[in-house]
Amino acid sequence: MITGALRQTGRFFALAAEVSRAVFRRPFQFREFVEQFWFVASVTILPAALVSIPFGAVIALQVGSLTQQLGAQSFTGGASVLAVVQQASPLIVALLIAGAGGSAICADLGSRKIREELDAMEVMGVSPVQRLVVPRVLATMAVAVLLNGLVSVVGTLGGYFFNVVLQGGTPGAYLSSFSALAQLSDLYISELKALVFGFIAGIVAAHRGLNPRGGPKGVGDAVNQSVVITFLLLFFVNMVMTAVYLQIVPPKGG
Amino acid sequence: MGIEVVVEGLTKSFGKQSVWRDVTLTLPAGEVSVMLGPSGTGKTVFLKSLIGLLKPEKGRVLINGVDMVNSPERDIYETRKLFGLMFQDGALFGSMSLFDNIAFPLREHTRKKESEIRRIVMERIEVVGLLGAEGKLPGEISGGMRKRAGLARALVLDPQIILCDEPDSGLDPVRTAYLSQLLIDLNAQIDATMLIVTHNLDIAATVPDNMGMLFRRELVTFGPREVLLTSDEPVVAQFLGGRREGPIGMSEEKDAATLAAEAGAASSAPAPPRVIVPQLEPSPGLPPRRAVARRRERVMSMIDRLPPAARSAIRETYAGNAEAATLPMPAAGSGA
Repeated sequence: MITGALRQTGRFFALAAEVSRAVFRRPFQFREFVEQFWFVASVTILPAALVSIPFGAVIALQVGSLTQQLGAQSFTGGASVLAVVQQASPLIVALLIAGAGGSAICADLGSRKIREELDAMEVMGVSPVQRLVVPRVLATMAVAVLLNGLVSVVGTLGGYFFNVVLQGGTPGAYLSSFSALAQLSDLYISELKALVFGFIAGIVAAHRGLNPRGGPKGVGDAVNQSVVITFLLLFFVNMVMTAVYLQIVPPKGG
Repeated sequence: MGIEVVVEGLTKSFGKQSVWRDVTLTLPAGEVSVMLGPSGTGKTVFLKSLIGLLKPEKGRVLINGVDMVNSPERDIYETRKLFGLMFQDGALFGSMSLFDNIAFPLREHTRKKESEIRRIVMERIEVVGLLGAEGKLPGEISGGMRKRAGLARALVLDPQIILCDEPDSGLDPVRTAYLSQLLIDLNAQIDATMLIVTHNLDIAATVPDNMGMLFRRELVTFGPREVLLTSDEPVVAQFLGGRREGPIGMSEEKDAATLAAEAGAASSAPAPPRVIVPQLEPSPGLPPRRAVARRRERVMSMIDRLPPAARSAIRETYAGNAEAATLPMPAAGSGA
């Protein structure tokens, strides 16, 4: 049981290392990358935007209500924007990429595996990792980074709208607290998180897809596992990255 | 000319169940070999081990000095370019048309111009009789067509070693006969080493130069076709006769008690004597198979070590077509 789990973990890291190495191996599969990028983007943009509005609103409302009780209303803007940019946005992006893009990637690779297409590819001297996995992982990473920008903007706008229009906050206080508390490194960590989460989502989907257990049912299970494993890893990695960031980057307001 | 494949002491198991143990054989360069065996004896696993898709626990598979079991991944990938493998159900890429499927190895491994790729691919498509279907997706054609397309894709890089996994399964007898002829013609044209895994008796009787059989987790025998065809080993005799009496049971193998009962009942109908059908010749107009002369030399040099029945069968074969031996050897390197 334990050795099994360790073996899977080992294989997962081995695949991650192999993908990282294969990224630099020529020829780069540009066409496949563009196709996958477009696919992942097209299935995630709309849901991400739709999720981020209410999410930004919820954070704005919650933070707004708290700050109201504490008498620190003027800081609502800064607090809610930071929460959206640093935490909510990378996670929303990663969850959607894992749920919509990663599951499709996993199902695609898994069904190719059980139809022996991947074996056929290896037999022809073409590495499936380089040919199929690398473009997919790069696509999830690129989409994650770009989508993170979109979600941050939409989430922030949503928060602004709810704070200013519904809770009666003032636009000036919202913006000034924002510029008082937020700094550029908050944006950097947000994008870095999105990049790492995109990598994890892509690798987990590929790993599960390349190793389905026996037949079409196995592919279904693999898709299921890939989404669950990605979610677990995301929240753990997010915790670590947040803790490290808070330690090494001095807060602006302090 | 094809490349010799040397297998030494190969042992493979899945978990606790061993598939076969200590398989040692040599596929002679340029010759056609057949591996027989009842369903479920690990024939496909054997093929996949030769090409390095599955890793046996023990033993070596040597091709051009590269060990397909233990060598670094990079060498194995390089060596695989010498192979053409025809999968049991074609293993075509479902998202590509037949044309793109067959062109795939060319586009990946060569810098040929699109017009040249088109010429080569259409040539192969014609060889396997799929003209007109090149624009279809694999999901839109029959199993037999998928198989032939898989063969065309395996051939497109002029492989030195061709492996066929049950080329006959899902084909009618007529198509199987055409396919047998196609394989022999191919061997005449490109002089590649070929290994066909099958349990089809017609292919086994007419196509190969060499035959082997896997049963009870080991290689029963491997050698010139006459050895197996004249063998009185119960397993081989039962399999070639397609009878129920013998060590092969419905599930893998029979136990001793059933066998004894069977022996007591005595064979109700005596097995008809087996005749050795002559091997297929290349179609008229094609060059003679260069493997024939090489094989003759090789078999004659080992004939004293073969069982008497095989010996007389071989002498008979070669007495029958003595003129084949006098054919001049074509200049090497003109085909492959």
